Amino acid sequence: MTTTDIPVEIGERNEHGYSTFRLGGFSFGRDEHFAHIEWPTGRHVMSVEAFLKALMRDVAWNFFYGIVNFDSVIGTMNHYGNVDLFAGRYNDAYRKAELDHQENFDADQIMATFKAMLADWTNDGFDPFAAPQETGSAFGEKRGDNLAAVTRTRVTAQRMVGVPGDEPLRSDETGHPINRMFADVAQDEPKVEPEAGYEGEVAAFNLYAYLSRSDVTWNPSVVSVCKESLYCPTTEEFILPIIHGNDRVEWFVQLSDEIHWKVEDRETGAPRANVVMKSGDVAAMPADIRHQGYSPKRAMLLVWENGSPALPDLIAEGKAPKTAVEF
Amino acid sequence: MATYTTAFASLARYDKGGVEVINDDPKNYVFSNMFDVASAARPWEKVAVAKNMQYVLEVIRAEGTSEWRAAPHDELALVVDGEVVVELLDPAEPQVDPGAQGSVTVAGEPAGTPMGRITAGRGHMALLPAGRCYRFRAEQPGVILLQTIDGPDTVYRWADICQTA
Repeated sequence: MTTTDIPVEIGERNEHGYSTFRLGGFSFGRDEHFAHIEWPTGRHVMSVEAFLKALMRDVAWNFFYGIVNFDSVIGTMNHYGNVDLFAGRYNDAYRKAELDHQENFDADQIMATFKAMLADWTNDGFDPFAAPQETGSAFGEKRGDNLAAVTRTRVTAQRMVGVPGDEPLRSDETGHPINRMFADVAQDEPKVEPEAGYEGEVAAFNLYAYLSRSDVTWNPSVVSVCKESLYCPTTEEFILPIIHGNDRVEWFVQLSDEIHWKVEDRETGAPRANVVMKSGDVAAMPADIRHQGYSPKRAMLLVWENGSPALPDLIAEGKAPKTAVEF
Repeated sequence: MATYTTAFASLARYDKGGVEVINDDPKNYVFSNMFDVASAARPWEKVAVAKNMQYVLEVIRAEGTSEWRAAPHDELALVVDGEVVVELLDPAEPQVDPGAQGSVTVAGEPAGTPMGRITAGRGHMALLPAGRCYRFRAEQPGVILLQTIDGPDTVYRWADICQTA
């Protein structure tokens, strides 16, 4: 069964032209400026632009690794097959006031609802993946849609981008012009000289040129694979639209420019550190924090993930390491 | 219209950021810098700068000609500074245990069929295919970031390369 076959609870269109949605005890509505989320013990309001940017990542990343906080109140926790939708669960004040609420859903059910909401609430001209200066407005009454933008397929190389039969390179012809902030990035390709019969194995590509042509921000894509070790580089501009709560160690390698990370305690949101990463820097994000990045100029970030299928069980059993290295 | 300069650090020019602690131990972030590590490394030394269970990222200072190596799985070499030539060879006899992890040294000049070569500059990534032999050559000092698995020649010196306070 695909998510398009799963029934979604959709209400009447409101006076602004948008549908309302219900998922368990949660309801979702939007007006010209805001997303309104309600649950049995409370309600919350967010800028609809911020909400759609966060929703886009949650959908595109299949709920990602661990927690996707839309802000300090709303978010999802991935249990790999089922997903918690929560309000205030990782907010110290909501917890102490006992106003937090969460419900668990089959992953396909919540995905179907989120996809339907994203499709209905994203207007023509607004791209939730784009940098602020590269997209139209999310606000106003309903005007068309942007299904092409919200249904992009995530790049997932099997060995390496550019290997025959694997993910292709980007070019003007594939609809990937060089981004305005990477106009100075060299576009030369490596010199590849295979002997006859080895054309499929002697392979290389210009990763920096490939990234300079990315049409999305804050969207890690798999470009190379060493068994379960996944290189997921991404280009970053402005603010990461979610606050990522780790359930496993995650590594960053700053390939170009500079990103500032605000790091908080995963459970309470209490500040723990600021991490400033410049070109060449390498840092781990521990498994018990949440983090949000700020990128003044479009930057190339290599996100390195361990996609081992054994990790969800280790995480569920509390056996996954909290820190990358003891020294 | 604004013009932008993309900042790529190098062996000759790098500027580290860092961890500004509020309520944490900076060692939790295992913070280092690839060019800082390569500056202090011996040629072709494989220094781990990131580790996730058995998987590692190794910084390699490319200078001169490396030994031949082989791994039972794909590895990926990203050149982050300089120019590196990668020679690939299809060995006449298997050079690595298929059940092992990480790369091993191949003694001497292995017999086999040349597969070709790759000349890679900054930002170029080369596939080092599983079971094949490879060696690197760099006329000038450069830096490779290798996506691989912990092996017998992986060097760990976290306390020397990472921010500790």
